[in-house]
This record gives sequence, structure tokens and C-alpha cells, in this order.
Amino acid sequence: MAGKAAARGAAERILATFQAAGAALVEAEILQPADTLLDLYGEDIRARAYVTSDPLKGEMMLRPDFTVPVVKMHMADGAEPARYCYLGEVFRKQERRSDRQAEFFQVGYEVFDRENPSRADAEVFALFAASLAPLNLRAATGDIGILLSAIHGLTTLESRKAALLRHIWRPRRFTQLLDRYSGRTPMPETRAALLASVKAGVAPACTAPHIGLRSQAEIASRISALQADAAAPPISAEERALLQDLLDLSAKSPAALAQLRELARSLPAIRPAVERMAARLEALDRHGVNVGELDFEASHGRTTLEYYDGFVFSFHAADPGLPPIASGGRYDALTRVLGQGRSIPAVGGVIRPALVADLSGDASC
Amino acid sequence: MLKLGVPSKGRLMDRCFDWFAARGITLRLSGSDREYAGAVDGVEGLALVLLSAGEIPRELAAGRIHLGVTGSDVLREKLVHWQARVVDLAGLGFGHADLVVAVPACWRDVDTLDDLDAAAAAFRKAHGHRLRIATKYHRLTRDFLQGAGVADYQLVDSQGATEGTVKNLTAEAIADITSSGETLIANHLKILSDGLIHHSQARLYAARPADWSGGRKPLLADLCATLGLPPPAF
Repeated sequence: MAGKAAARGAAERILATFQAAGAALVEAEILQPADTLLDLYGEDIRARAYVTSDPLKGEMMLRPDFTVPVVKMHMADGAEPARYCYLGEVFRKQERRSDRQAEFFQVGYEVFDRENPSRADAEVFALFAASLAPLNLRAATGDIGILLSAIHGLTTLESRKAALLRHIWRPRRFTQLLDRYSGRTPMPETRAALLASVKAGVAPACTAPHIGLRSQAEIASRISALQADAAAPPISAEERALLQDLLDLSAKSPAALAQLRELARSLPAIRPAVERMAARLEALDRHGVNVGELDFEASHGRTTLEYYDGFVFSFHAADPGLPPIASGGRYDALTRVLGQGRSIPAVGGVIRPALVADLSGDASC
Repeated sequence: MLKLGVPSKGRLMDRCFDWFAARGITLRLSGSDREYAGAVDGVEGLALVLLSAGEIPRELAAGRIHLGVTGSDVLREKLVHWQARVVDLAGLGFGHADLVVAVPACWRDVDTLDDLDAAAAAFRKAHGHRLRIATKYHRLTRDFLQGAGVADYQLVDSQGATEGTVKNLTAEAIADITSSGETLIANHLKILSDGLIHHSQARLYAARPADWSGGRKPLLADLCATLGLPPPAF
């Protein structure tokens, strides 16, 4: 593992290319308020981030990423369009992989631009590809937006779509729900019993007093939702199969695009997202990226942090034990969450310069 | 000399002394019953160290004691990668308790983790914050809920009287230790049918990082033989 000096050296070389591309250099506090991060990522972030406490500000986290503070900064007072770059340490507990670094540099580039999202996607990817070109990495791409639109397009209850959308980043739970909604697995026994008793008008005796913040109305409303769900027809085998074909899709980009267009004949809801992908591939081509050799995996990015909602990409070394050397994607919805009503299309990514320094030896990159 | 860490007070200490006594080793407090000093009869080379039960995992991990008795719940909560740091020598058959997820009994619509997840999503929408689960077992609870795909919850720390947090409106559900379930029932809570996080009991552990040189390994082998345990493989 390269020392911090070597990592910083590699980072500064990359940062210079980001600045040359027109990005303004920004800084972010190392101590971030925990509530924003917790609200965004949920309890999982507590297992990943170092939590500390400030006597006045309360719970704080050592910066686990730059995206959130950079988005917050832009949403507060950024001019449009904007390009930012940054360099600094991030901190991640490594409870499961003690061989991985808990403190490492990230060098990143973020674009906030309403004008032409496909062009911005291509700009970021091409810049990263150029910065990393000497390392002969494998690039993988995907598009969460296509998956989201496929789920929106299912012929089923909105509540089922909402549950699937919510769990798209938890593939196991997603499959469990999809199996239930498509009638492959039965509903839990206790739920069947509850619904049967409600239907028969003999609501099970609930002698327990009502306690807690979750109101009786909320309980009643969920029971109604369960009834509606039980009464609704299952997601058809055809739709389920189409969705599975989509999730399993993995090919070079041109072939993937052709298959997606074919799928869109049966799943018309994905057509706009697929055409955005087509526009992105054209923009990538104009940036000199060899799209004919670019891998596309429809499920790429499903196990990462849950804020990407469009194009996603990562760059990998031949050694499968190494984490991605770089990763990024589009996060339009995140700007809405952090923008308090305002939003702007945004895309960006980070490179881990220590890995770059390792892979390039002493050669400059 | 092998250092054995044992809980310094209460039922856990008494049951622990009983367990060793039944196997021919007498552990006792020396001096007054308020002084935390111990003595061992019936076996050579064993020293008794009386510690707070909650500190025994840390002392094992630091290698400051060779052996320790503590609840498996506390040990797993406090030691990440516990298998790499201690060897589980034996369950002692007492201190049984289940770490469980419990919700208000009046939640007729919630019986499984699947229900809890759905209720959490609706709760967050209605109340603008995540469904709060009070616990002192943060790591075990988080790993369990993450594995089950439950989202939209947050853990809030509760170091005692956790069963009361729901009624006091500081949490919507809890993850806590129960043995008979009576406290849960008295506080109008019910256990989710698939909500068992960990079945705990008092266990005897050996510390991997402790100093096992200078004839201490044979000493441990002898001790295990006396206790009727298989020789430890480490």
C-alpha cells in the first residue's frame, strides 16, 4: 500500500486535470453533522462512519464521503451550472474487511448542470477514463434510472411499486418482495390469519392498550393496505420475467442498448430512460470513449449507497480483492432531498488515489 | 499462572462459582464480601480476577486475562470479529436470555420483520423521521435488521428500562434482552415471530491475544480436562 505522500502526489496530479476541465476547487469540513447523513443513509451509515460527539452540536461524523457536503454547499449558494473538484481524506470503519483502509484520500469531480444530462454523464466518465487510462482498468457501467422506470411501469399496485423502489438497493429483499407480489411465495401465515379474521368481522382480540407514537389510525390504514394487497392480482409471470431479463442484462454497451430497446417494446415505461442511455453513448463516443468495448450491467450499482438514480460507473483493477479504483454516478434525487424543495440534475464521482499510486508504481499518471 | 475473569457480583457470579464448584474447582471471595479479591482452590495455576461482566470482553480482547466468563450477547456486541479474538470453550448453562425485537402488542398488523419494514416505511412518511428502535445492543441489532432488509429505522440508545421507552414516546420499538418475557408483556410489548436476534447464555472464553507461553497452554489443557471440556484447539 502506497504511503500517504504517494497517494497525495497521485491525487494532486488528478486534481490538476479536474481543475483544467473547469472545476472549482472546494473544501468540506471533516466533522459533519450526523443527522443529515443518518437521515439520508439510515442506520447502516453508523456501521460505516466514525461517530463522535460535540458538546454543543451533538452527534458528528468524520466525513464518510464528499458528495453530501458538496451537494449541500451547492444547494445553499451555488451558481449554475457548476463544476467542483475536491481532495481530502474520508473515513470508513471496516468492520467486515480489516484488510481495507479506514482512512483514505478521495479526489472527486461533480457537475451540476440542467442543460444536458447525457452530455454531463459523458463528460464525467470521459474525464475519469482519461485520468486513469495508463492503468488499463476495466470500466463497468449501469443505469439505475432504467431499473426505476421499469418498476414504475409494472401493472400492479402503487404500494407494491413503492416497496420495490425502496428496496432496489437491497437485492435479496427486493427478490423476496417480488416473489411475494408475483404469487411465487405465499404471504406470511400470521398475515393470512389477520386478514381472515378482519374479513370475517371477528377482529382478533387486542386487549393490549394502545401505546406509542404510531397511532391507531396508522395501524388501521396498514391493515387496509394489506387487504388491498391481498385482493390485488399478482404481478404477471410475463412482467416478472421481463423484469428479471432486465436485471440480468449484461453486455457490451451497443448490444445492451439493442436488447434494452427490444425489452422496451414490452416494457414501454423504460423507453425514455433507454433513449437517454442512447444519447449518453453518443456523447461518450464524441468524447473519444470506445463505447463498443464498454461493459454495461443493468444491476450495476445496486449494492452501493442508495442515492444514485441514473448513470452509474466504476473502474476496477485486475485484482478482484481491491475495491473499485473509482466510482460515481448521477444523483438527481439527492439534490432534491438536500435542496429543501429545489433540485438540479447532478453527476460526479471519486477516485482513490492511493490505489492509483499502488497500481502505477512510480510512474506518473 | 492463568488469569480467569469472572463477574464480580450478583447471580451471575454465584452461578459461575457453582458451575466451577460442581467440577471440583472452588472459586471464592477472599477477604470481606465487599472486597473484589478472589481465591481458587482445587487446581494449580489459576488466579481469579473479579470484573464487571461488561468489561470482561474488553479484557479478553486485550489479552489481560486468559479466560473469562460473560454473556455471549455482551461479548458479541462488544467484540467485532469475536471468533478471531476469543475461543468459545463452553456454554455454562445459565444466564439464559434472548435478545429480541419487540413492538407494541397493539400493533395487530405487525408480526414479522417484513411487517416491521413496511410499518417503518409508512411511519417515516407520516412522522418525518425514521422509526426508532431503543436498544443497548447496537451492533447485534443493526446487523440483524440489515440482514433482514429492514430499512427506515434508526437505533436510539437505551442503557436501561428499555421496555418503557415506547410508552414514554422515545422509541417505537425495542431490541432488548428477555428471559421470561414478563417485563415485555407488562409493558404491553410483543416479540416479533422472527425477531430472535441472539440466544444468549453465560459462556467460558479463552483470549487468543493473551500470553500463552511459559507452560500456560499445558496448564489450560489440564484445566479443561478437570472441567470435562475438550482440549481447546488454538
